[in-house]
Amino acid sequence: MTFLFNQFVTGLASASSLFLAACGLSIIFGVTRIVNFSHGAFYMIGAYVAVTVTERLSGGFGFWGGIILGSLIVAAIGALVEMTLLRRIYAAHELLQLLLTFGVTLVVEDLVVLIWGPGDLLGPRAPGLKGAFDLFGQPFPTYDFLLIAAGPLTLIAVELLLRRTRWGILVRAATQDREMVAALGVNQQWLFTGVFTLGIFLAAFGAALELPREAASHTMDLQIITEVLVVVVIGGLGNVLGTFIAAIVVSELNAFGILVLPKISIILVFLVMALVLVVRPWGLLGRPETAIRAASGLQIIRWRPLLSVERISLAAGIVAAALLPLVAGSYALTVASEVLIFMLFAASLHLLVGAGGLVSFGHAAYFGLGAYGAALALKQLGLTMAPALVAGPLLGFFGAFLFGWFCVRLSGVYFAMLTLAFAQILWSVAFQWTEVTGGDNGLIGVWPSAWAAPAAHFYWLTLALVVAGIALLRVVLFSPFGYALRALRDSELRAEAIGLSRHYIQWIAFTVAGTFAALAGALYAFLKGSVFPDDLAIPLSIDGLAMVLLGGVGTVGGGVVGAALYKSLSIWVISHTDYSKLALGLLIIGLVSVFPQGVLGAWSKLPLGRLKAGRS
Amino acid sequence: MKMVSALLASVTLAAGLAASFSASAQDTIKIGEINSYSGLPSFTEPYRKGWQLALEQTNATGGVNGKTLEVISKDDGGKPADAVTAANELVSSDVVVMLCGTFFSNIGLAVSDFAKQKKILFLAAEPLTDAITLSKGNRYTFRLRPSNYEQAAMLAEEAAKLPGKKWATVAPNYEYGQSAVAVFKKLLSEKRKDLEWVGEQWPPQGKIDAGAVVEALAKTEPDAILNATFGPDLVKFVREGNTRGLFKNRTVVSFLTGEPEYLDPLKDETPEGWIVTGYPWNAVNIPEHAAFLKAYQAKYNEYPRLGSVVGYSTLEAAAAILAKAKSTDSEKLVDAAEGIQVDTPFGKVTFRKSDHQSTLGAFVGKTALKDGKGVMADVSYRDGAKYLPPESEVKALRPQD
Repeated sequence: MTFLFNQFVTGLASASSLFLAACGLSIIFGVTRIVNFSHGAFYMIGAYVAVTVTERLSGGFGFWGGIILGSLIVAAIGALVEMTLLRRIYAAHELLQLLLTFGVTLVVEDLVVLIWGPGDLLGPRAPGLKGAFDLFGQPFPTYDFLLIAAGPLTLIAVELLLRRTRWGILVRAATQDREMVAALGVNQQWLFTGVFTLGIFLAAFGAALELPREAASHTMDLQIITEVLVVVVIGGLGNVLGTFIAAIVVSELNAFGILVLPKISIILVFLVMALVLVVRPWGLLGRPETAIRAASGLQIIRWRPLLSVERISLAAGIVAAALLPLVAGSYALTVASEVLIFMLFAASLHLLVGAGGLVSFGHAAYFGLGAYGAALALKQLGLTMAPALVAGPLLGFFGAFLFGWFCVRLSGVYFAMLTLAFAQILWSVAFQWTEVTGGDNGLIGVWPSAWAAPAAHFYWLTLALVVAGIALLRVVLFSPFGYALRALRDSELRAEAIGLSRHYIQWIAFTVAGTFAALAGALYAFLKGSVFPDDLAIPLSIDGLAMVLLGGVGTVGGGVVGAALYKSLSIWVISHTDYSKLALGLLIIGLVSVFPQGVLGAWSKLPLGRLKAGRS
Repeated sequence: MKMVSALLASVTLAAGLAASFSASAQDTIKIGEINSYSGLPSFTEPYRKGWQLALEQTNATGGVNGKTLEVISKDDGGKPADAVTAANELVSSDVVVMLCGTFFSNIGLAVSDFAKQKKILFLAAEPLTDAITLSKGNRYTFRLRPSNYEQAAMLAEEAAKLPGKKWATVAPNYEYGQSAVAVFKKLLSEKRKDLEWVGEQWPPQGKIDAGAVVEALAKTEPDAILNATFGPDLVKFVREGNTRGLFKNRTVVSFLTGEPEYLDPLKDETPEGWIVTGYPWNAVNIPEHAAFLKAYQAKYNEYPRLGSVVGYSTLEAAAAILAKAKSTDSEKLVDAAEGIQVDTPFGKVTFRKSDHQSTLGAFVGKTALKDGKGVMADVSYRDGAKYLPPESEVKALRPQD
């Protein structure tokens, strides 16, 4: 009995530290509606800065003073980032802010290694709180009690701030209706900067408080960001009390779960999120998102099918691509095949994001299903490459069919997070089910049949399939179904009023997108000769979003162009420098700042007059 | 708009291709090297220093077969797919004669399979999974570091001497952790039939909830604990374990903890008396090591880590294989590599013909605190050859070609 109580109290300490890390994100999202991907990166910087500052200052004041000072420094950095980078794109599509914060994360990851070195830095112990306290006969770290107190205290402080101060009222008003707040004369820019700074301060503070329990390492950001996002979503975005409850629920489930199922930790948080979102679509304490007036960044750009001039030039382009093997070596051809595969992946994601307005954070799940499907068909069923290339998309189809039904019941960020949850659950299954999927050692020996083995032949096969896939996606886009999908994106109320069923149409779109992503995945398996759980993982989903956004989410060809650009750049960068994340992050930040409409979107705005008949 | 996309795509592709051309000289032999430089710099930076030192020494004494040895090194970003791209670039564009490197087990497997497909020699430096030489072994892949099996066998030998009967395990929840525990359990149970495995914990790699894990382990009241966590997870586990008294009156047997990369961050909180594998760089008695240590410290002004030894030995092995084969043909290189003897800072090492595993060993010792830093005490070098599965069994464990 006392053991259970002890385990419960241990779980509370973890809950507190998780809440401290997450509440900043909840506040930021609640007001600015930015899914701040760089929250993990600032958490990490907070940890490193706190280690450095507390080492410089000594004594009792040194530790606590160091923590506060460190958090203030990081908050100032956050304010700087917000003012220089994020402010410029508030008017653009909401997703662009996500992409920008993703770029910031990449930059920070390499900067941290450059500044503080590659090793892990052990955090300082809190003076006077180093020992253990006897709790029912078991030694219990004294510091944990401080943490357990810190969580609710911070919650109360934040709630007081939001409910009893004028600033808090403005913040909550901005959550509900940004335009009205601006119309009433409140300086929206400073409001957002203030909120962002507060959020980052809380993140850094949470990291600093966690230091006596762990080391600052340069992979901290990736480890914390998914947990934090999930906890915030389970609680309900923008609701700090919800975040607190969710943190407790998740930590306690973990603390007791490992007594029963020691391997559950890897998947627990996503299972809980999936369950909560299925039952309560807006999180535990969240409210349905009030219809924000159409984000001014999303223009109603007329999309039209290709004119005959464009069709001819496109055909010429494809012929030119098909002639590539005559001039390029086998490495260049494999790179070209990889770029083509991602063009198809991005095009399928674009159907969801651009045409459907459904931002998916877990699209890589279907890519991975296609890869695993093809690999398993080859290895377990003994099929050859051609049937395997059918088996992969088939598995992706089933996955998207199944998960899609649950996902499209939600909307907005909750939809995105549920897709993430399902993707992570699939990832955990692939990671753990060693007998079938090979676990994290993956499946190897997935090579093409002899006729497709030479680089040129595989390239032609990929080119044919990708061109066919993108063409089919385009046909879907300009079919009556595509129009219906876009109608639902532009105005759900009106679309439903004329009888379009949101659930069915979006479900079909999800399934179609998943199937084409799976085709890309199947080709990828044969290109690389191996399949790993990485092919299902979050970084690949984020890469897909980055490709669509860089190309221009409001354009038809955005996904394809963005993929070509992003993929070629990342392959080139990683081949030429060890600091590929820094380079890629800076590139992304640069491209987003210069081309808020995406590269293709910017092109369509160029006054080239007769060169382009109409906009596309 | 498709015209634009086709144009943009071809332009970006062309830029990428142009950048990937590299000039080749006639009087050099090129080796390709891939590692997770951006993914795990605490290991790979010393590793790079190690192979760069070996390269400098090799070329200073006339190179290999009269030609200068050149290493083209690529980062794989910690992802198997990018490692395969890098390997492809090295083989197709840069025309290297062999590949070496990699750190993570899954990347090692991916590159090993690529090497098998392209029929090029691959000398895996660090990946620890047994699959590379056993269940997924192939003709073209060789591995330098002592595998999971060997390290588990070394630790099991020491663990068998302990009096306790009840054991609990804690390991990261991925293939490395799972196989480390599985092999250790198997080998120890063979030596001691009276053991009871009372508890196991599997925290996700990098995300250990140390308090809960320590409490769960303590509840099972083991006499001894096997630990396979490392890096930041180890730091958290040690801190919580120390504060909650998990290690009092218990012996802990731990993989890898004695390596400076993992021992140094613990500083004055290093737990004492843990039986660990590692590298006590300032307490090595092997003659070849003294020369290596002196050269390394002279060039870099810092002490070597285990990564440094691995990098140095990998390049020494590559040079030795090239010298013995007197050719750059892959088949001849593979034939030369089978059974070759190589000089490393830990003495002479052989690559077995049966499974292409080297007999590089590891140091086993106990952790201790000295001047506020963690060190290894009571160290002894274990020769890998004694801890490998016998050659008679190995053939059955490898895939039949």
